[in-house]
Amino acid sequence: MNLPFTITFEKRVADIPKWLPAATSIGSVIVAFIVSGVILKMIGGEPLRVAKFFYEATFGSWATFSDTIVKATPLIMVGLACAVAFKMKLWNIGAEGQFYIGAFAASLVVLIPMVSPDSPKVVVIGLMIIMGMLGGAIWGFFPGYLKARFQVNEIITTLMLNYIAVLWNNFWIFDRWSDAGFQMTPAFEKSAWLPRVTDYAREYGTFIDGGGGLANFMTSIGLERISGMTLHLGVAFGLVAAVVMWWIFDRSRWGYEIKLIGDNPKAARYAGLNITRNIVLVMMVSGALAGLAGMSEITGVVHRLQERISPGYGFTGIIVAWLAKLNPFAVIIVAILFGALIVAGREIQPSGLSQLLQGIILFMVISSDVLLRYKVRLVRAQAAVEAA
Amino acid sequence: MSNDNLLPSGLPRIESLEMRGIVKKFPGVLANDHVDFDVKAGEIHALLGENGAGKSTLMKILYGLYHPEEGGIYLNGRPITINSPTDSLNHGIGMIHQHFMLVDNLTVAENVALGLKSSREPRLDLDVVSARVRELADKYGLRVDPDTVISKMAVGERQRVEIVKALYRGAALLVLDEPTAVLTPQEVDDLFVIFRQMAADGHALIFISHKLDEIFALTDRVTVLRDGRVTGAVLTSETNKNKLANMMVGREVSLTRERPSVTPGKARLKLENVSAVNEDGQPVLININLVVRSGEIVGVAGVSGNGQRPLAEAIAGLQRVGNGRVLMDDQDVTNLAPAQMFDAGLAYIPEERMHDGVIKDFSVAENFILQDHVRPPFAKGIFLNFKQIAAHAQELINAFSIKTPSRETLVKNLSGGNIQKLILARELARQPRVIIAAQPTRGVDIGATEYIHAQLLKQRSAGLATLLISEDLDEVKALSDRIVVLFGGEIMGELSHEEATPEKLGLLMAGEREIEKMIYTFDKGR
Repeated sequence: MNLPFTITFEKRVADIPKWLPAATSIGSVIVAFIVSGVILKMIGGEPLRVAKFFYEATFGSWATFSDTIVKATPLIMVGLACAVAFKMKLWNIGAEGQFYIGAFAASLVVLIPMVSPDSPKVVVIGLMIIMGMLGGAIWGFFPGYLKARFQVNEIITTLMLNYIAVLWNNFWIFDRWSDAGFQMTPAFEKSAWLPRVTDYAREYGTFIDGGGGLANFMTSIGLERISGMTLHLGVAFGLVAAVVMWWIFDRSRWGYEIKLIGDNPKAARYAGLNITRNIVLVMMVSGALAGLAGMSEITGVVHRLQERISPGYGFTGIIVAWLAKLNPFAVIIVAILFGALIVAGREIQPSGLSQLLQGIILFMVISSDVLLRYKVRLVRAQAAVEAA
Repeated sequence: MSNDNLLPSGLPRIESLEMRGIVKKFPGVLANDHVDFDVKAGEIHALLGENGAGKSTLMKILYGLYHPEEGGIYLNGRPITINSPTDSLNHGIGMIHQHFMLVDNLTVAENVALGLKSSREPRLDLDVVSARVRELADKYGLRVDPDTVISKMAVGERQRVEIVKALYRGAALLVLDEPTAVLTPQEVDDLFVIFRQMAADGHALIFISHKLDEIFALTDRVTVLRDGRVTGAVLTSETNKNKLANMMVGREVSLTRERPSVTPGKARLKLENVSAVNEDGQPVLININLVVRSGEIVGVAGVSGNGQRPLAEAIAGLQRVGNGRVLMDDQDVTNLAPAQMFDAGLAYIPEERMHDGVIKDFSVAENFILQDHVRPPFAKGIFLNFKQIAAHAQELINAFSIKTPSRETLVKNLSGGNIQKLILARELARQPRVIIAAQPTRGVDIGATEYIHAQLLKQRSAGLATLLISEDLDEVKALSDRIVVLFGGEIMGELSHEEATPEKLGLLMAGEREIEKMIYTFDKGR
């Protein structure tokens, strides 16, 4: 093959510019959209119409945007869960299981019940948060301990624990707490519901109807109506968690240690760090975040423990964390993008389209890593001769 | 030199290879700035320069791994393009790497055949390869048996296998990248005989080294690079060590080390009958007895892999001591964790600086607080005090003249010498009482080496007890008050600064304990 030039990859030897990782991530998403469009065209679709529909179904109005955020909420927390583990190069792919166990443990508060259903919301929800995080943390502890103590491969153990978690959940909802034979528990009391925007519709709806400054403002941004908006408090958990994780990663001693162990365990040991304890801790924090996502999902969306509360959030979280280059704030943005993909997947036929897009995005992002490590250059075949 | 155009290997000679006006840029660095370099059949041309001077960039261009922005390569006067190592090999250019590229559990012939097409695909043609290897080995006096498994060979022999491999692949020009780094003095002498013969037979050799003695012992011409530019191209016979060193560094450097007389103080570090085994249960340290006093540098010499690393790690708390005791200031510190050893006043410059000494993806500033990030002033509660960390980093960067674009630069983008200075700075800043310096100047340029040596000697005068573990005999000799030699995990003998000649050290390094007797036979052998 005689090309007029050859493509060469040269290892980067200087610091990469700060904007480059973000640029490659954004670039790979754009390329993924284009590639998906080409595929759509090839199978006889109309890419532009699909794109327009996609936009309308996800960001087109406040109501659809609210749906997108609802889907993004668990992804933010699960994405953070993966990010913290990946920072230490612990490949926790068990966020799915930790999510389920978190949901299960949180449900115990209502289903045992641990407190009376008449208790104030703050007490019930507060306890459910603690239980959810604890459940996830325990589910992270086992693989963490096995990894730290016996060097058991965490990829295998976390993956396997996913199945155990799902089946464990199924046992309770099919056999013990089944609501009239359906694979779900009875709905929780209202005290165990996370506040939703729609719950305030009556109150603020009237307010808007009555006119005035706020009403005018709300109308001007197209938000006349908030009834039916599913957005719930869980998103605040996600945002707070992102800030906390940023603090840990970038400001705290512990964050330094996590990165240190991840980058060079030998040097970390030499620096006197307790690697065993840190592996277990990081896995527990990772599990706790995924567990919190599970708790938020059952208290904010379905209001009961049921089958298939996660359409694979735990696995999507891996992609989210990776695409966000483990940056907590980028996790939020990426989670919203993937939340949109999930929402769109419900609306667009064939529904596999959004999974196709997810797959292509991940593929592009992983490939784009090459650009961070190498400089790509075109070399003209005759360059050496001409220059002389 | 024969007059016909063929080499003993039967291949055509490379009469001349020229690299003209080579320019290679990396972001922020001009790695090669209009470099001219050439080598002719029958000569050994040394390429000398500090780390980061552009030697390896130039050679990588020759090997097709990098592409120059400007300039061209001319083979026998005709321009050629080299886009990959395969192109380079096809033109008859071979490389002998500093680290052997051999598969340990394969035979010589299998290693040579690796990656090449067999003459009767898909079956192997190892008998053909063996015959050819034998033929080449005979012609070049390389003493290599094609059927020996690599793992059973000594380091010097492996070096010869690499040469055979290159010749087999048709190399008429050989690039020798610091080929003596892992050899004993006697093995180096043998190797040089081979190189000289190869040159006499019409090969062209490029010899990369930073050891000035070797340049003078072996080469015909020297080209010196500094900061990507050629700062000197001279006949070896018309220059001297000091002139070359000046060209390399760009200023006067001292090649001799001032060792002020210091009266050693009390014993700081003591090893009593220390033995240790590795993960496979093989003994790596056998009955080591060693004392290092305050104000004293004790050198540990030996061929690579004879227990140097386990020795350093056993003291630092990274390798479990099976038997015996390690004492610091008469306190038993055997098998304490690394962190506890640091608290006891130990500093450690590990031999694998990139693996054990620094975190490549951390900034310079972050690397300075490796052990101390848990303590004030760097820790502020559960948070880090970035102001203090930055101030500390700036202070050490200035004090140890570490060349870095900024304190936020990732360590992986610094040169070896500067990384080593960083480690030295970090360790000395902790004001230790005992320091283990393992290969402190390996792969480090003359300027930085001079600096590191000066620092170690300064600390010696200040009363630091230093255990200097090094495979560089010149370094051990220049700095140490006493020298012990490791072989197979055992101490073969101890020599004072005055007694230690290269011959005596070489014999101990080869595992000869009865040194008097050996010296006798050695002298007679001459």
